[in-house]
Amino acid sequence: MITLTVNGARRQVDVDPSTPLLYVLSDELGLRGPKFGCGLGQCGACTAIIGGRAVRTCITPVDTVKGDAITTLEGLGTPEHPHPLQQAFIDEQAAQCGFCLNAVILTAKAFLDEHPHPTEPELQQALSGVLCRCFVQHRMFAAIRKYAGLSSTAHRAEGGQ
Amino acid sequence: MTPDARDALVRAGFSRRSFLKGAGALIVGFSAAAVVEPFAGSVLSAQGPFGSQNRAIAARVDSWLAVAADGRVTAFTGKCDLGQGMFTAQLQLVAEELDVAIDRIHLIQCDTARTPDEGTTSGSQSTPTNFNHENLAQAAATAREALVGMAAKQWGVPADRLHVKNGVISDAQHPSKKIGYGELLGGRRFDLALNPQAKRKPQREWTVLGTSVGRVDLPALATGTVEFVHNVRVPGMLHGQVVRPPTVGATLVNVDERSVRDLPGFVKLVVRKNFVGIVCEKPWQALQAAAKVKATWKPGPPLPAQASFYEYLRHQPSRDSLTVDSGDVEPTLGGAAAVLKATYHYPYQMHGSMGSSCAVADVQGDTATVWSPTQSAYPTRSGDAMLLGLKPEQVHVIFTRGSGCYGLNGADTVSYDAALLSQAAGKPVRIQLTRKDEMAWENYGYAYVLDQRAGVDANGQIVAWESETWSPTRGGRPGYNRPGNVVTGLLAGFEPSPFEPQAARAPEGRFRNGSNAAPSYVAGCVGGACGGAGTIKSERVLSHTIDSPFFTGPLRSPSRLQNTFAHESFMDELAAHVKADPVAYRLKHLSDPRLVDVVKAAAKQANWQPRPSPNPARPRTGIAHGRGLACVAYEGDNGYAAIVVEVSVDQTTGTIAVTKLAIGIDAGPISNPNGLRNQAEGGALHGMSRALGEEVTWDEGKVTSIDWRTYHSLPVGFAVPAIDTVLINRTGVEATGAGETTITLSAAAIANAIFDATGARLREAPFTAARVKAALAARA
Repeated sequence: MITLTVNGARRQVDVDPSTPLLYVLSDELGLRGPKFGCGLGQCGACTAIIGGRAVRTCITPVDTVKGDAITTLEGLGTPEHPHPLQQAFIDEQAAQCGFCLNAVILTAKAFLDEHPHPTEPELQQALSGVLCRCFVQHRMFAAIRKYAGLSSTAHRAEGGQ
Repeated sequence: MTPDARDALVRAGFSRRSFLKGAGALIVGFSAAAVVEPFAGSVLSAQGPFGSQNRAIAARVDSWLAVAADGRVTAFTGKCDLGQGMFTAQLQLVAEELDVAIDRIHLIQCDTARTPDEGTTSGSQSTPTNFNHENLAQAAATAREALVGMAAKQWGVPADRLHVKNGVISDAQHPSKKIGYGELLGGRRFDLALNPQAKRKPQREWTVLGTSVGRVDLPALATGTVEFVHNVRVPGMLHGQVVRPPTVGATLVNVDERSVRDLPGFVKLVVRKNFVGIVCEKPWQALQAAAKVKATWKPGPPLPAQASFYEYLRHQPSRDSLTVDSGDVEPTLGGAAAVLKATYHYPYQMHGSMGSSCAVADVQGDTATVWSPTQSAYPTRSGDAMLLGLKPEQVHVIFTRGSGCYGLNGADTVSYDAALLSQAAGKPVRIQLTRKDEMAWENYGYAYVLDQRAGVDANGQIVAWESETWSPTRGGRPGYNRPGNVVTGLLAGFEPSPFEPQAARAPEGRFRNGSNAAPSYVAGCVGGACGGAGTIKSERVLSHTIDSPFFTGPLRSPSRLQNTFAHESFMDELAAHVKADPVAYRLKHLSDPRLVDVVKAAAKQANWQPRPSPNPARPRTGIAHGRGLACVAYEGDNGYAAIVVEVSVDQTTGTIAVTKLAIGIDAGPISNPNGLRNQAEGGALHGMSRALGEEVTWDEGKVTSIDWRTYHSLPVGFAVPAIDTVLINRTGVEATGAGETTITLSAAAIANAIFDATGARLREAPFTAARVKAALAARA
């Protein structure tokens, strides 16, 4: 038995300790936020926040995160009471298929928690390992800037540099 | 069907049953069977959307709408939400035409037990199909008219005196007199045919359509609570993986079950001709076991070399078609002041869905339930039935949303995988493909070779245009009877659609430009009538289709993008040759007012300064800046768009940064302005990613672009250009598609902007740094 702390609750699972955390979250615990995108740590779909960092759970063995607080997208807020960053995505209508939102929102959240006033290139760098194949970037950056209180005029000035 | 499976069915999206039970409604039409008994089999035939039986069903209001006793409405649609926002837009449509609040409507999409067969949700056809003069829109208009008629009869007053608000009908002369839809219909059927004359709400009276209603699914998406197909869990469900051949065209010699049978969680090794799969208790076990399956394969013939592939395409047997041929191109070119020629190359590209494809199947004896992200619920039902040896009506396909597909990604093939594995295991099986299995075996977007030739007269006017293209194809959408058009069907023993070389016939009937094979600038004269968007009367458009070594299929703006890349690049080359401003030069050769308007709108938004390209003030070294435009009448008449991009080119490194995008778009009456903007922006950036980095690669035997390190997509984090979109809300015309318009334009607009900035012409996509540097080096 492995004991995990997921979204504030203690959960016990009986799995092979080398199992990537993703399968535990999505199959043993039935969470819908973390998703399998590539299984290679290349796209971010499986991201969870663990110990304040955005972690690729598809390549993280479950027994390496036993003592840590694990937060998934559904642990951030609910449809009725979304986290302000989730609310910003809703306000900006920053989604199409939505499969990547787990990756984008959690990666941005972990980054902004550590860097509340990033420059535009820093923000881009933070999200450079995350994919959105519907290409909703324009709105996603608007949502993230809005949440972080960054102005979009600064973006325009720096755009393309 | 087992009780477990039935429970699972209820859990997995059958909430409508409890909702309707609560409302006390009698469920109507062919949907009733599905509700009384979760799967009693659909009455629809496998004829397809235009089969006579289905046409008869689609002609009935009850096939589209049900009103419960409490006035709540259930709508049924065969066009599903793939991330493009159709769910919300269709709610708006029903709300508008029926005069019911959106939150009183429940929409059921793409379920073979409950919704009409509308074929495939694809090709920018959902809005034209359901929002114009038939299907869901006309059903709602018919229903509203019928309900008002019922109230008028009941009260003995003329119907034109009655008003409807939020599903309640009132009498203008007796405002206290009110009756609700639910009370009127009392949960009974409409029992009515769609009335083509039923009055649609005029656009000027819209209060729900035409407004930016927020995506109703977004709060759940943003908080991770939506059930994607990836999240479907059925009691007793096992997990599968497939073992695809090591090379394209390889055939199975043998498989050694001993290589896996003692692994933890092993349930079954499944072999069917060249299809190999494995079923385990848990997903991680299945992944590990699949990698350990010992199989011997006989290699197929070597693949044509990628380095010379474009040249190879020119020399293969081909199926040819002429879109237009005025018969006088050669003599006209002979009399021209100058003749220009150019060849453009476009690679195979991937759908590259972020989530690899996933499906869940539960095959129990002679019934099957498949939860699938397919765009084609009914065709997938037929394909699954063929693979399983069942009748289509024994298979129930429930569309469950997947990762954005952008066309024929792995959704159909994985639905076959799941069905085969579940049948063999006798238990429900879920399979999500590995990244490599998704990418190495997709139905890729078409590679293209495009030759363009045109003549200009002494005044610089284009007098003749010829386009000749070569493009490989294999398989494609399985439709109702070709499961071999995708990899699983082929491996399991079904042939893809046959490739038969054929000489071109003279164009007949009327001019059709569904693949944008003809440039916008030609007159498009066939059978004495001219249907093109342009003025050039001497015209010839010949397309050669070649047998492809890889599976191909529709990828967002199939062929339209590739053709437009060549046409719009070449138009710029012509403008540059005669030293004309690229916008003014286009306008000189266009006749379609809607295309003219989007060009003007985008140019105005971009503050376009008229002058020829390249920029006379361009630097020979360092960073150079330029602007470029491209436009399209999508499929001839299914959406109009123009974009202007601004780029900076680093002439040392060869890297391109797109700094600004201005978009002009006309999709007819706009159902949801913000939704249209979202599609226009996303399409342009998707097109940018395809133009700058995406290319399928292969070696002598297999595809080598199999993950995100080897297939190059733009990530979320890059210097996203500023985007300004101008929506032209045109009234009095039909609604068109929109999702594939701007993606069609990015490659050409970027190539034109690079030329403007540097004088270097990129004729092969993607515009990698190496290709940019080569083009810079080749400048005069």
